[in-house]
Parts: sequence; structure tokens; C-alpha cells
Amino acid sequence: MAQVAIGLVNGAFYAMLSLGLAVIFGMLNVINFTHGAQFMMGALAAWLLLGILDVPFWAALVLAPLIVGLFGVIIERLLLKRIYHLDHLYGFLLTFGMALIIEGLFQWKWGSSGAPYPAPITGGTDLGFMIMPTYRLFVVVAALVVCLATWYGIERTRLGAYLRAATENPTLVRAFGINVPRLITLTYGLGVALAALAGVLAAPIQQVSALMGTNLVLVVFAVVVIGGMGSIMGSIVTGFGLGLIEGLTKVVYPPASNTVIFVVMALVLLVKPAGLFGQAK
Amino acid sequence: MTATGQRIVIAAFVAVLALVAPWVAYPVFLMTALCFALFACAFNLLLGYAGLMSFGHAMFFGMAGYFFGHVVKVWNMPPEVGLLAGVAGAALIGLVTGALAIRRQGIYFAMITLAFAQMVYFLCVQLPFTGGEDGLQGIARKALLGGLLPIKNDRVLYYVVLAIFLFGYGAIYRFIHSPFGQVLKAIRDNEQRAVSLGYEADRYKLLAFVLSAALAGLAGATKAMVLQFATLTDVSAAMSGEVVLMALVGGLGTIVGPVVGAFIIVTMQNYLASFGEFVLVIQGAIFVVIVMAFRKGLVGEISEWWKARRRAPATAD
Repeated sequence: MAQVAIGLVNGAFYAMLSLGLAVIFGMLNVINFTHGAQFMMGALAAWLLLGILDVPFWAALVLAPLIVGLFGVIIERLLLKRIYHLDHLYGFLLTFGMALIIEGLFQWKWGSSGAPYPAPITGGTDLGFMIMPTYRLFVVVAALVVCLATWYGIERTRLGAYLRAATENPTLVRAFGINVPRLITLTYGLGVALAALAGVLAAPIQQVSALMGTNLVLVVFAVVVIGGMGSIMGSIVTGFGLGLIEGLTKVVYPPASNTVIFVVMALVLLVKPAGLFGQAK
Repeated sequence: MTATGQRIVIAAFVAVLALVAPWVAYPVFLMTALCFALFACAFNLLLGYAGLMSFGHAMFFGMAGYFFGHVVKVWNMPPEVGLLAGVAGAALIGLVTGALAIRRQGIYFAMITLAFAQMVYFLCVQLPFTGGEDGLQGIARKALLGGLLPIKNDRVLYYVVLAIFLFGYGAIYRFIHSPFGQVLKAIRDNEQRAVSLGYEADRYKLLAFVLSAALAGLAGATKAMVLQFATLTDVSAAMSGEVVLMALVGGLGTIVGPVVGAFIIVTMQNYLASFGEFVLVIQGAIFVVIVMAFRKGLVGEISEWWKARRRAPATAD
């Protein structure tokens, strides 16, 4: 049971990251390979804020995503917006290059060994069947709230409606007087901020290091392939679901826990190539 | 001079350069570069001519190195068997992953190959067969051709590697200029039309994928023969990215481009090795610059410029 709960924590990160990827892809048609690096930047920003400016975790939870999101906005304005008319492949390569630059620079500056971040909540909570560290419980709940809020924002608000409309037909939406390029920039900023927020949440659990997002983003790609990027709710459900499956695998056959998500991906490709929540084109 | 004449002169120049090279430059460096050149050509066969962007080619390259090492070191077989095992093993992995990956198109294809490569990487870390973090080390350079051709000497081995490279390069050239290659290009440019003409697109794509995997395997096994070790680096996602970079720098879809790109990147890594993490930063910067400004790559841009120059005097007349 304990492993399953830990699986849920991983699932929380998968859900937040794949949600960000899906939001960005829907609007920009770019698979954001920099996502892992931006996750790391969130964690590192929180760590630096604490270490240098003595900013507590709760303030960093807001500040770090803002800083990293702003960085994302700058990148979108400077680079990404120039390549939307090209094949998806170029967006993939461009963001891959940026991930290399960011991770390389941070590794050079802070090394690749991790630094610990003190947990803001200590102690455990008795869930009846197990005692779970309260902080991890908080992470799961927080991720769930953030994911649902994003879903609500996109599916149920006016701004979200603009966003969905602009995804369908940007030219028409522009004709209605809505500033689509600005909407795109904001979307990228939001997606990046989600990654950074996941990073801040992960900081007290994992070691904060330049490479903490490198392998994670590859797993999240598999999550995205499994879920399909068509639906927001789909990303959330798939993320948490795969975290659970990974946790269960740790109980049944630990060595396979690294690879189980990729096996699930292969199975999904065999049975429903478009992904669990994707529409076949 | 006519265009054909120029081509012959350039070809002769390159041939002489290739033959003399090991007496001028460090042979191991040249052999490594040749292995990467073949690897990049194999990758480019898939992207440039089938329009399939694989971001997981390291799984073929790296696994072939392990197969070679295992066959030669643990099973104590001759290197030829090792090379064959590397090619066959990589082709088999290519068949399985390719059959699944071609079920999706475009950017998903890239993500799927990347994910499978990561799975292979995790397996390599865990399985005893690969030697884990240590890798397979000290793979002896045993004589080729049943003992007739000793390859302990770097210069002798260089010519063997050159022959292997030329074989692979020639094979790719044949594929591209065969009816098979034409169909592949037709599918790349307009899959629906090719299907409506009666071509089974998936079969062609899968065949191209397996061929590309097999040739990447040949490159990986040859590299293990040269450097006498196989490690996790060669199966990592970074290696998959590196081969993309090589093809991109040289020029996607040009047949010489990947070779040029491979030599540039390997040379760069050689000189920048002391900079540590900065190599990553520079590689990333090259990615960004090329995607933003020089999407045709070095060879692509030069041939474009060359054509424009040839056209210019004609219009002036």
C-alpha cells in the first residue's frame, strides 16, 4: 500500500507535466522538450530563493513558477514564435537544443550532484492503512487541485473558450478581434509555469539537481503518447493512473518499475494507436 | 570545367584524402568519426528519405556494441560474427520497435522512438549482460578473416573500418536510388497518394526503419571493435540527440551531409572535451542556431549557393 501511495506522488508529477505538454501542444503545435529543464528550473529557483533570499517554501511555490513562466514567455517571444509555420520536428529540435543549453549551464554552475531541500511540512498522517508523510499527501492534493483548476480554466471559463477556439481556428478568432499571438505566448508561459510548479513541489522529495528533469521528461513523453494529447482531463487521468501502475509494479516485481510505463505504451500502441483519450486523425 | 569533370576531381580528391588520412591524422579519431558518419547516414536514410524522425537511434547503435562485445569477449567468437550479431540484433530491435512506432506519425513517432530507447537504456542499466555502469571493457581486437588479417595495428584497422563504412554508405546509396527508395520518397511527400496508388506504406516504412536500424547497428558494432569497449553512453538519449545533430549540421536529406556533420561534431567534441558540461551547451546552441537560421545544414546551404551561382551568369547574359 505504501508503494501505491508513493506511486500516486509520482503520478501527481506525471499529471502536471503531461498536462503542461498537452496545453502547449494544443496551442503552439510544439512538443516542448524543454519541459524537463523547466521543471528543474522551478525546483532550483525555489532552492536558490531559500538559500540566498531566505524566501520560505510557500512563497517560492508562487514566485518560482512566475519567474520560470516569465522566462518561458521570453523564449516564446524570441525563438518559438518564429517557427510555428514549420514542421513539428523543428519545434522538437529547437526545444531539445534549449534543454541542452539550460541543463548544461546549470550543471556547469551548480554541478550534477543534488542538493537537499528541507521539507516544509514534517510528520506523518495516519490514513488508516498506512502512515504517509504529510508533505507527500499535500503534494498529491495540491497537484490534483492545480490540475482540476487548469481543466476548469480551459474548459469552463471565457478565456479558456478563446483558447480552445484559437486552437481550432486561429484566423477566425483573430478576425473577432482577439489577440491570438498574445494568447499563444500566455499559454506557453502557463505550461512552463505548471512544469516549474511541479518542480517546486518535487524539490523537498527529490534532490535538487541540474539533471533532475532529464529522465523525467522522457517518461512523460511516454505518458503523453499513452493518453493522447487531445484532452485535458485525459492527461490528468493518465498521469495519475500511470503513477499508480508504476507503484503497483514496485510491489509485484520491483526491477520492472522503471520500464512498466514503456511497456504500457507499447500495449496501447498495439490496441489503440491514437492513445487512450486521443482521436484518430 | 564541366559539372561531371568537377565531380570527378572532387571524388578523386576525397578518395586520396581517405587513403592518406591515417598517416596524417590520429587513426582512432578517424575510425570513430567514420563510425559516427555511418551512424548519421543510417539515421538520415530514415529521416531524409522516409520522413520518419527517430529520436531513439542510440538503442540500435549502443545495443549493437554490446552484442559485438558479448559475442567476441564472452562467447570468444571471431569479430566477423560479432559484427553480424550487432547488425542482426539491431535489426531485430528495429523490427519490434519500428512495427509499433509506425502506428503513429509525425512528432508522436519521434516521442515513441525516444521512449523505447529510454526503455532499452533502463534495461541496459539493470541487466547483467551489459556490465551495468562499467560496460563491457577490454574487448580484444582479434584477427579478421580467420586469422589472416591482424587488426592490432591502428592503421590496418583503419582500412577495415573504411571498407565497412564504404559498404554501408554504398548500401544506403543503392537503397535511395532504387525503386524502393523512390516509393519511400513518394510516401514521405504524400502518404495518401502513395497508398491510393496501391503501395502499402507501412510495409515500406517498416523496411526502411529496419534497414536504418541494421546500419546503425553496423556502425555501433564497428565502434565497439575499434575502441574495444561498449558502454551506457552509446545507448543514452544524449547519443540519440547527437546523431540528430550530426545529420542536421551536415544537412538533412543530403547524402553527403551526415558524413560532413559527423566529422564536424566528432572533431568538436575532441577539442572541447576539456570543457566538460560546456560541450552540452555548445551542442544545444548549435541546435538552436541551425533550426532558427540554417535549416538546410552545411551541405544543403552550400549546394544551394552553388546552384544560385551557376544560375547567375546565365541570367546575366
